[in-house]
This record gives sequence, C-alpha cells and structure tokens, in this order.
Amino acid sequence: MTPIYLDNNATTACDPAVVAAMLPYFTEQFGNPSSMHSFGNKVGLAIKGARESVQALLGAEHDSEIIFTSCGTESDSTAILSALRAQPERNQIITTVVEHPAILALCEQLEKDGYVVTRLGVDKRGRLDLDAYRAALGPRTAIVSVMWANNETGTLFPVEAMAELAHAAGAQFHTDAVQAVGKLPMDLKRTQIDMLSLSGHKLHAPKGIGVLYLRRGTRFRPFLRGGHQERGRRAGTENTASIVGLGVAAALAKNAIATENSTVRRLRDRLEAGILAQVSNAFVTGDISNRLPNTSNIAFEFIEGEAILLLLNKLGIAASSGSACTSGSLEPSHVMRAMGIPYTAAHGTTRFSLSRFTTEAEIDRVIAAIPPIIAQLRKISPYWGEQGPLANADESFAPQYS
Amino acid sequence: MWDYSDKVREHFFNPRNAGLLDGANAVGDVGSIKCGDALRLMLKVDPASERILDASFQTFGCGSAIASSSALTEMVKGKTLDEALTVSNQDIADFLDGLPPEKMHCSVMGREALQAAVANYRGEAWQDAHAEGALVCKCFAVDSVLIEDVVRANGLTTVEQVSNYTKAGGGCASCHEGIEEILAKVAAERCTAPTAETKRCEPAPVAASAASPAPTARLTNFQRMRKIEETVESIRPMLQRDHGDIEIVEVDGKNIYVNLKGACQGCMLEASTLNGIQTRLVEELGEFVRLLPASMLGRALS
Repeated sequence: MTPIYLDNNATTACDPAVVAAMLPYFTEQFGNPSSMHSFGNKVGLAIKGARESVQALLGAEHDSEIIFTSCGTESDSTAILSALRAQPERNQIITTVVEHPAILALCEQLEKDGYVVTRLGVDKRGRLDLDAYRAALGPRTAIVSVMWANNETGTLFPVEAMAELAHAAGAQFHTDAVQAVGKLPMDLKRTQIDMLSLSGHKLHAPKGIGVLYLRRGTRFRPFLRGGHQERGRRAGTENTASIVGLGVAAALAKNAIATENSTVRRLRDRLEAGILAQVSNAFVTGDISNRLPNTSNIAFEFIEGEAILLLLNKLGIAASSGSACTSGSLEPSHVMRAMGIPYTAAHGTTRFSLSRFTTEAEIDRVIAAIPPIIAQLRKISPYWGEQGPLANADESFAPQYS
Repeated sequence: MWDYSDKVREHFFNPRNAGLLDGANAVGDVGSIKCGDALRLMLKVDPASERILDASFQTFGCGSAIASSSALTEMVKGKTLDEALTVSNQDIADFLDGLPPEKMHCSVMGREALQAAVANYRGEAWQDAHAEGALVCKCFAVDSVLIEDVVRANGLTTVEQVSNYTKAGGGCASCHEGIEEILAKVAAERCTAPTAETKRCEPAPVAASAASPAPTARLTNFQRMRKIEETVESIRPMLQRDHGDIEIVEVDGKNIYVNLKGACQGCMLEASTLNGIQTRLVEELGEFVRLLPASMLGRALS
C-alpha cells in the first residue's frame, strides 16, 4: 500500500529536479560565492540565476528585492523588527488573530517590550473586517503584517487592498505568503506590498531556505549583521545548494500555477464533496469561495482529530488536525477558535492539503477511507448515540471539570 | 508524531470495553471539552460485595485518552470499589508502558473518572479540585498552574527554587524563560498590591510558609536525630510518587549521608533533589547541615 500524502501545507516533497540541481553544490561546486576565484564565481552566478527565478515567480520589479533567508520565520521576524527599528517614532503593529505562530509569538514578545499590538478578528468564515482595519490604522502604526493565505483553512485575505490602506497611513505592509506563493499568480510590482515572506519547503524546495521580498526604497534594518552577503541586508554565508534548489522550485512553481488552479482544485473539490456526501455532522471551515485551491479543512463533529489522524495514518494517509492534542497545547487551533467553531467541532477539524503530485486514485482512496474511521470514533464518543448525535449533546454529556 | 508505546497503540486501535454498558450502576463523567478530552466511565457493581463486575467507557479524545480509558476498564474489572480506588494515574500510565509527558493528563482523567463513578455509586458529591495550565516543563510534565501555586505559596523568587520544589526546569532547561515569566508575574502581583504603609516592595522570605518556624532552643542529640528522621520521612512520599525513595545512612556532625533509591538513583535531578531536601532540613533544624550521598561516606572515612 503506497502512502498518500495530503499534508502539503505542512511541508512538500522536494521535486526530483530540485534535488538533481542541488547535488553539484554539495560536491564540486563548493565555492564561497564571495570569493574572487572561479570556485566562487560559478556559485555566485548560480545564485544570481536563482534570484531571478524567484523574482519572476513573485513578479518583483528588481532582482535585488529578493533576500535569501533561512526560513519563513526568519523572514517574518526580519520584516517586523526592521519596520520597528527603522521607524522609531511609530510603535504600533497591526496583525490578525489567525496568523502563524511565527508572527503571533513575535508580536506577543514585542507587546511585553512595550509595543502596541492590534490583532484584527475574523468572522465565522474566517474573513477580516476591513472597517475595523481602517479604524486601527493611525499615525503611530509602524507595520501591518497580514498573511496572504491561512495555513489551516486556506482562506485568502485582501492583502493588496490592505497594503494600499497601510501606505495611506504611512505604515509599512508585510505579508506572510508562505502558503500562497506558487498557488496564486503574483505580480508584486503592481501592488504596494513592501515585504513578503516565502518558505522554500512549501513549494517543493528543501527546508532551511526562505526569502524576504523587500520592495526597493522601503526603509530597512537588517536582522543579522555581519558580512556583505545579500547586499548587507542579511549577513551570513549563503546556503548555496538550497538557494539553487529554490531557484529551480520557483521556476517549476510558476509553470504549475495553472495546474494548481485547475487540476488540484478539482481534486480538492472532489475530495470534499465525496466526504461530505457520506459523513453527517461534518462541515468545511473557512471562506469556501475564496481560498487556496489545494486546501480543505473539514470539521468532524463529536470526535477528536488526533484519533482521526492515527487511524488515517494506519491506512497510510497523512493529514493534519487543529485539535489541541496534536500540538501538545491545551486548546484547539487558534484559527478555529477565532472563527467561533464550537469545541466539539474544533477538536475534530482535519486538514487535507494537496499538491500537484496528488492523483485522482489517491483522492478516491481517501474518500473511501474516511467514513468508517469517523463512524468508528463516533461509536465510542459520549456525545454520540445509536442514531446520531445526542439531542442537546452538550447538555446530555456535561462532564465535571474545574 | 507522538512517541506512543506499542501498548498505547494496541489499546487505541483495539479499545477494550468501549461503548455503553447495560445495567451500569456507577457512572463517572469527567474531562473538558475545551481541552479536547472527555470520558464517561460506566461500572456494574455488585451491591453485596461492592465488586466491579463489568466496566465500559465512552471517550471523546486523542489516542492516549482512548488507550487510557481502555486500560482503566481492564484494570478495575474484578476489583472491589476500595481496591479500584487505589489505582493511581501512574498505575494507568505504567499499564500502558508509559505515556509522553504531554499526555499524562489522559491518565489523570482516567483516575478522576474512577473517583467520580465511585462517588456516583455511593451517592456522594464528587468535586474535581484540579486545574490544569499550559505545560511549561516538558521533561517532567509540570504545568503553569502548579508552578504558579507553588511559587505563590512558598514565596519563591528564582528558577532554581522552582526546580527544587516542582522539578520544573530541572531537565533540559529550555523552559527557564517560561518559569521566569511566572516568577515575574507573581512578583508583580505582590508588588502592586496596594498597602497603606509599605511603599517599597520587600521580596518575600524564601519558603517562609512551607516550613514550621525553626526551633530556637538547642536540640539534644537524640531530638536532633529524631528531627532529621521525621523531616526525611515527610519527604519520602513525594519521592515515592515518582517511584523513588531515600534512606538515611549516617549522621556525622553537620554531614547527613543518605542513599537515593529507585527512580531517584542516577536521576539527572539527583543534585537538585538533595538540595531541596537539604533546604528543608536546614529550616527544620535551625542550623546548617549538609546532605551528601552515602557514596561519599567511604571517602570521608578513608
């Protein structure tokens, strides 16, 4: 039984072409791109090619707007800390309650340091209230950081319009686009986005490589200081092999955007419809008509997500969950809670994220596998009776707890 | 993915005694839907002998919650209620060949369900006293609520003290930032409490409330030995809970030689365990003593 990987929002498999392109940079092409000799020069040229490839994927105006970093998290931290240091007269950060921990945990720390953090809420479909956003913007706003696409539900935020509003208030605009890059067409030069984070391993490049897009003219302060690498904006010897790999992955992703929005979307919709047709008391979370083409997040009521994942895993199917238990934290996913999904459903949310390598046969196998698993777990759930959920499930079973 | 033992996986994939129980006359509902764990334990008790004839469960929860429930029903079947009540959460975890620290609360939930079911059978009210916070120390599964309570009760001010009292932070040390935050939070509460006279915040004396006032009168040799023994005896249950133990080997002036046994033996926390006990002894005796492993006794004599 071949395993089925539907957890591509967590990470993706390296494209074989990416691996092949990287291999020489572990062996004969070992030079330091900063060196004056030909060992370094060849590697330097390869990095230049990779930079142009990422530039093309993002639709950036200049290749010097692409800064290679170690990961999406580093790009996020660099962007926010830079905006605060470069504009000391501004002390407010505006973000959303559904951001990735790379943003949320940083903002929590900055709040302790005395900065003002405004977190925009979402409605039950995961949508932002733009009026609340307009009201939050002010002369003290240093930076707005809003994700392009949500990692759990795939919900898209109107970052282009939000960037314009930020600029009108004199603030910088950053977007964490690690889930969106390669799945949505982008043309950053036609937007007012100042900074954008991307992560290689979400688009079939290796882990440990990321990019910060930095619009020319945006006031900037480096996170890592040292050598002159990346024009002094990110010191440290380049991760040459991974940069080359990311370059190839970016070129492949640019060509695959059409596939993502046709084939992958169709398979995702087939999976969703197939499951919902057979399983009662289940619903799709997020902004269904405005989300990533590869992501489906389904809440299965009255059962818990980790148990679902363990049973799926036994059948060789990989997905992920918003339950508290899969993270080791005490609460279910902050994204589900922000949308007001009840606890009895939030713990049972299961995310299926496809890629261009997902096949129809795999989707059909998952559609067949899910219903018995859900039935098996509901059979032992105290919220579930012979015929379905207990009437007033929350009241019929109200365990004691402080 | 969690590092579950084969036994946990086995009990999750093939849970024993799952579902409703006909003729159940003791039911315990515990857990928290907020945390994603809830369990209904059903027992059929023979009224004459109070023996558990049958047991079953329904669980909303993760793999280890379901496995812990399954294990619990297997463990209590055939026992009398009083015998069943001696089953601890550690027993449940041991039955499953251990649980990851983040999942120990699943075994706690099993133990609570048992207490709730017995209370239900006996017509008593059962109140769950425990609150659970975010897991701070992953090495020893210590949560924020426990740390906060201990810090507050004993006026602790350093990470080292927290490690001595709760073990939290005594392992890989990566949670020290989290512990410092709790210390700062409690310290801030103390400092901002508005009082008429005190303007300046005085740090609370360490471990002031935990120990009885140190005796001022000089103890006789015999009283002193007794005091040492009583103090160590009072600490033993704490160590035994973690499958460890301690015995006094020799008292030689200021030096008290002890053997750490069981799980304490060779534990990476040996030093901080000794340190914590030594602090208690110093408080109780009202004089400075040193607690040393018995292995050093030989060295001292030769």
